[in-house]
Formats: sequence, C-alpha cells, structure tokens
Amino acid sequence: MTANKVLSLEGLSKRFGSVVANDDVSLDLHRGEILALLGENGAGKTTLMNMLFGHYLPDSGSVHVAGEGEGLRPLPLGHPQAALQAGIGMVHQHFTLAENLSAFDNIMLGSEPLSRLRRDRAAGRTKIEQIMTDSGLRAELEVPVGRMSVGERQRVEILKALYRDVTILVLDEPTAVLTPQEADTLFENIGAMAKEGLSVIFISHKLREVLAFSHRIAVLRHGMKVGEIASADADERTIARMMVGADTPEAERESLEPGAPVLRLENLSVVGRSRRDSLSDASLTVRRHEILGVAGVSGNGQGALAGVISGLMPPSAGTVVIDNDNVDGHDPLTLIRAGVGRIPEDRHRDGIVGSMSVAENMVIERLDDPEVQTRGFLKRDAVQSHAETLARDYDVRGPGVEANARLLSGGNIQKMILARVFERSPKLILANQPTRGLDMGAAAEVARRLLEARSRGAGIILISEDLDEILSLSDRIMVIHDGEMIEADTRDRETLGLMMAGEAA
Amino acid sequence: MIRIEPRDAPSRYWSIGIPILSGVIALLLAGIPLAFAGADVTVAFVEMFKGVFGSVFAFTEMLTRATPLIFTGLAAALAFRARLWNIGAEGQLYLGAMAAVAIGSGAIDAPAFVLVPLIMAFGCAAGAAGMAVPAVLKTRYGADEVVTTLLLNFVILIFLQYMLEGPLKDPMGLGWPQSPPILDQGMLPPLIERMRVHSGLVIALVCAVVAHIMLARTVWGFRLRAVGENAAAARHAGIRVNRTMMSVAIVSGALAGMAGVSEVAGLKGYLTADLSPGFGFSGIVVAMLAGLSPLGVVIAALFIASVFVGADSMSRAMGVSSFLADLVVSTSLLCVLVGGFFARYRFTRVQPAGGTAA
Repeated sequence: MTANKVLSLEGLSKRFGSVVANDDVSLDLHRGEILALLGENGAGKTTLMNMLFGHYLPDSGSVHVAGEGEGLRPLPLGHPQAALQAGIGMVHQHFTLAENLSAFDNIMLGSEPLSRLRRDRAAGRTKIEQIMTDSGLRAELEVPVGRMSVGERQRVEILKALYRDVTILVLDEPTAVLTPQEADTLFENIGAMAKEGLSVIFISHKLREVLAFSHRIAVLRHGMKVGEIASADADERTIARMMVGADTPEAERESLEPGAPVLRLENLSVVGRSRRDSLSDASLTVRRHEILGVAGVSGNGQGALAGVISGLMPPSAGTVVIDNDNVDGHDPLTLIRAGVGRIPEDRHRDGIVGSMSVAENMVIERLDDPEVQTRGFLKRDAVQSHAETLARDYDVRGPGVEANARLLSGGNIQKMILARVFERSPKLILANQPTRGLDMGAAAEVARRLLEARSRGAGIILISEDLDEILSLSDRIMVIHDGEMIEADTRDRETLGLMMAGEAA
Repeated sequence: MIRIEPRDAPSRYWSIGIPILSGVIALLLAGIPLAFAGADVTVAFVEMFKGVFGSVFAFTEMLTRATPLIFTGLAAALAFRARLWNIGAEGQLYLGAMAAVAIGSGAIDAPAFVLVPLIMAFGCAAGAAGMAVPAVLKTRYGADEVVTTLLLNFVILIFLQYMLEGPLKDPMGLGWPQSPPILDQGMLPPLIERMRVHSGLVIALVCAVVAHIMLARTVWGFRLRAVGENAAAARHAGIRVNRTMMSVAIVSGALAGMAGVSEVAGLKGYLTADLSPGFGFSGIVVAMLAGLSPLGVVIAALFIASVFVGADSMSRAMGVSSFLADLVVSTSLLCVLVGGFFARYRFTRVQPAGGTAA
C-alpha cells in the first residue's frame, strides 16, 4: 500500500491559547481511497484539515504530498496556494460561493490569470462539461448560485475544486445540509470518482454515512487520533464508543398522555425576505406533555416558524393562540411574558451578548423582575449568586460567571441558554436546532432537559435537521418543505426523507 | 515570516496601555514638525509643559478647556457604546448654547437658583432635540445616523448665523453678530476667584460619575450595553432596541447641549459663531482615547486640553504655529485606532515557508 500513498500527515499539533485543537495527529491517505474523519464536534477534525489546506499554521508536524514523479514531497505549511498547487482541494462546510455570479463564473473565479484581458469561456466550458460527465455531478452553469438549492450549491463547490485538477479532495461535513436522498447521490458520485483515482477525505459525525461510504475510518477525540479502522470491520457501536470513549446512554422518555393544547397556529402565513424564510398557511397544535418535531432541510421556512414563535417576525395572516389566548403584538417581550421559552438556532448571534458576563446573560430576559432590579438599579449580588446557582444546576463550565459569555465553549453557551429558559418553567418551549454543533455529551444533556420539561407539563416544538434527533425525541412529527407544513403519520426514515425533499409520500 | 493571529481575548494590559502609549507617541511624533519649524524640540516640550503645569493660572486654563471636552466626550462615549454614531455633538452644542442665551439673556428674570437650572434644562433639551431627529430617522426609516448627524452640524451652524444676525442679535453689540449677554444671575459661578475655571467643571465631573454608574449599575445601562454589543441578541431577549436607542440619543444630545450651556453661561457670557473650536469633534477623539469609558473620558479630556493649552503657550513663547496641537490630537487618535488592532491581534514569528514550523 505504501507505494500509492498520496498524502501523509506527520505529528501535526495545533494549540489555540490554552486549547489543544490537535495533538500529534498522523494520518495517511492512498490513491483512490475514501477516508472518513470522524469525531464529535470540537474533536479537531476541521482544524486538522485547515492545517492541511494551509489556513492554519501547525505548531509542529509536517505534511507530505505525492508530486510529479516518485515519492512524497514536503508541503509548505500555511500556504493555501501551495496546497492548491499540490492538488489538494477543500469544500468547506460553509460554502464560499459568490451568490450573484453564475455557477460557471464561480467555478472559474480565481483560476484565470488577472493579466489576461479576454476570457476563454469556451475552453473553460469544455473542461467543466468533461468534468461533469466524468464525475456525474451536474449543475446548471448559467444559473446564479443565489437561486440554487443547497445541494446544487454543493455540487458547484465540488466542481470548483475538481476544475483545479485536484487529486485529493477534502469535504467538510458535506451532508449537513442535504436530504438523505441528496446525500446518497453525492456519495455515489464520490465513490465513482474514487474509482477513477481521486483520493477523498470527508469529515462527518454521522455514523451511518461514514460506515456506508468510506473505505477507512479515522476517529479523532479531544484533538488526538484515537483509532483507525477499515470500514468493513466496523459497526456503529464500535465507532460510537471510539468517538466518545464510552457508550452513550439513550435518553429515557416516559410515555405521557398529551394534555391541553398550549400552542395553536391557525392558517399562519409569514412573508419573509425570501422564500427561505416564508411560511404559507401553516397550522399546528402543540399540547402539554408533548414534543412536536419539525423535520426538514434548512431553509424551508423553519426560520419563519421560529421567528413567529419567538416574536421576531410578525405573521402576515393567521392567528397564534397560546393557552387559549390570542397573541397580538408580535415582539419577543410579549411572547416571553406569555410563557414561551426560546432556544435560538444561532446561539452566538441571538442567544448571547458575548462581551457581557455570563451572569448578565442569564438575567437578560427578565430585567423587569424585582429579583434582578430595584428601582432601575441592578441587584448585582443577587444576579451573581443567582448565576452561580444556575451554573451549578445546569453544569455550565467555564472561567466563572463574571467572565465574558463568549469565553464559554459552544456546549456551555447552550447550557447557559437552557438554564435561562428552563429556570422560568415556560409552558411552551421553542427549541430550534438545539444540539447543532454540540458534542454528544452536551447534546444528551439538551435532550434530557427537553424530556424533563415535557414531563413537567411543557409543550415543546423541536425544529431540527437531524432526523435521528427528531425520531428519538418527538411524540409527533411534522415535515416542513418550501414553507408548507404537513403532519407525518410515519416514522420511516425513507418516507420522511422523501417528504423533506417535497415529494409527498 | 511573521503572521498575525487574533488573540483569544482582548488583552487587559493593552487596553489600558494603548491610550497612554498613544498619547506619548503622538507627543513624540509632534517633535518632527517642531524640528522642521526650526525650534529646539526639548525647549518646546518644556514650554508646553510649563503652559499647563507652570502656574495655577495655566492649570486652571487647562481645566477650563477640558470642561466642554468632558461633556462632548461623554456624549460620544455613551452613544458609541450603543453603536449609535453621534457625529453631531458640535451642532448639538450650539443648539444648547442658543437655548441658553435665548432663556438667559433677559427673557426670564429670576433669581440664580431658578434661572441657572432653567438655562441648563433648556440647553440640554435643545441638544437632546437635535439628536432626537436623526435618531427617529434611524429607528423609523433606517437613515444612517453618521450622515444625518454630520450634515445636521452644518444646518445648525447656518441656523446659528441667522439667529445671530436676526432674532438673537444683541442690539447693543455695535453690529457684531453676537447675542446679548446672559444675565449675571444666570451665569455658572466661577470656582476660583479671578480665574476662568467655572462650576461647569464640577457639573461635568458629576455627569461622568453618574454616567459611569448608569452604565454599570442600572437596567438602562444594561440595555444600552446589550444593544450596542449585540443588537440581535438584545432584541431576541425582549429588549426594545429602538426605544433604547432613542433614550441614548436623548442623553447623548443633552450632554452635548450641556457643553454649549457650560461654554456660554460659564465662560463667554454671550454667544458668537466661534464659541466652539470644534469641541464636538474633539469629543469623539476624547471618547475613543477613553475606550468609551465615562471615567476614562475625564482623563482623556484632561490630556487633550493639556495638549491644546500647552501648544498655545508654546507657540506664543517659541513663535511656531499652534496648529501643532491639532497634529498631536489627530496623531493620538490614529495611534489609538492602530493600537486597538494590537489589543485584538498578536504577531507570531514563524519559520519561512517550506520548512517545519517551529
């Protein structure tokens, strides 16, 4: 096998301040191989690939790539240009496409010399057509990327990498935004390209696709490589144990009889800035002791649904009824006072004020509360001790409640938000992508708290892209697609996937 | 090769050290044009120092100069903390001054303990109104307040010239475009006999302390900080962003208006179109040097005032232009802005490309 080795990472380490992102990681990749890089969030997968691609400079270690001729040559580190020249292409989790340009222009962007006045469009087009034929990845070249679906955008992103004659392709969480069917197609295409000699590293934390589509699996945990296994020899249980270091306890859910309706949306429409955050004629009911899961690929109207329930977006038609009271006056304060707890999707943007203290962030939703203030003056001692109690109860770890909230890790920020929301015993909870970006431990904690609130009698609306999460937590499931919501009377993954793609089951 | 990396958290040492270092560097850089002007740089700096600390009079002159800068510095600092870019303190200052002479020059005859608070109240209200207009335009219609506040300065200056040639013109003023004087009982009393420093300084210091307490200890300050640091999260948490913006705008405008009151009723006694040599704009520099902290504003205002007063006296003694002061003030702002970069980023040395990183 050593003869056709195309890439070798040796002893790569990277620290960010006191955080060790990668510790002495070594990895080999062979020609035509699909290697899955698996690990929890924060395990150091993306950092490792960013070092390979030259975005980060490693503190120590080296990278060797196969060049023309025999043997491996050292790759200059910290230079994306050098990585590109060595035939390494990376497709980031967050696409780097110019939305107002066509797919063709996006693919060509950066590969043409600045000094040339005329563009050789015909040659470029011929080459792209050839690549599309070879790889099976198709995209409409003249359509502006802004009008494409996420799946199409991703194909453009990959075509852009292939256009640069890559021999090694790195995909960072390629399926995070795809429907199960789109993901399967993507991996079929990648498999075909690997047979032609392309070497692929893909980053993922979804065990199912890793097992199904990779040749070899490397597992990272806390920045270290904890194991490598041929995919044929692996099963979900073994690699899950490798990822977290122990078996993960399943969230226990008691069977409960749903109670009175706590939220009713009747014929609700929202006109957002684009179709992506609009809702048309949606109706739903959430009862006490019930979790309603809303499944769907992101950008199908979840933002509008969450916007209405959290008070950030006014509906253009329809009614919102909480506990038999019509809600009018659509602003966050009204909904907070009506007893709605909101866990925002983008916790860094909407959830915390990063440069204010953890303690301040914990009381930000209840500034009128006499426990927090008297006659306009903050009760600083009360706020502080309240925060310390909450931090203990909800296991918020970090440099202390007086420190800026941005210094907390993603999981601890989410626990802080949970503490803030659950402390008020809300009767309705909106959990929008509550475990996105969290490691398994923190995600399990979120699930446990949601189930606890359910037992207490809260109604919960859970919006998630993660079908597994929806399936394991929800009492009922609705699918959202293109602004429309349909009740799903099935728990079959395949059927739900089709519904998410807009093909009614 | 050197790479620039973001720091994990802005360094505490740098955030205190940068303003101080910026002031020092700006002063040192001022030595270059001084040398070009043919002056002995050491002697020039000694003269400058003597111009501020050389006598009680010199020192009180510096305090007099610092007074309006504290007001306009606070006006800018509070607004900027809420990400409300009030560039219009100069105009608001003149609105405050106009209101002060309109009320105080004989329209109302009342004893000092009534008239002085009345003049201050009207001056603050006028300044607040001057900032409320762009704030409404921003919150209602999304108009960029940088543009509106900046341009309103010129509108207000023209309005001032009209007032000084018309309704507010002093009939006894021998035709000069100036207002009638403020009644004696309407003046802010001086702090020291025969010196120009007046009780406006005390009011300015009280304002700074109150602003500090408001910002750090009250719900209003909490909302202001939350809106400024992350408006999206503040809104999500139920804080009314527009309402907070409006209240900050009113306080900021009132402080700028108070600068005008303090100058006209504390120092000059009557209003002319050259009341302020750009105190409104210098207030922005003061606020930036102070890192937008109300207590820092006091120190920064004292520094900037020292530079102005010291440069004036040096230019008299040495025969070089006092424009040097503007040079020091502007270089110190540049240094703070550059220094802010060092607080957020650090340089790391790495080996040249090709080898293994150290």
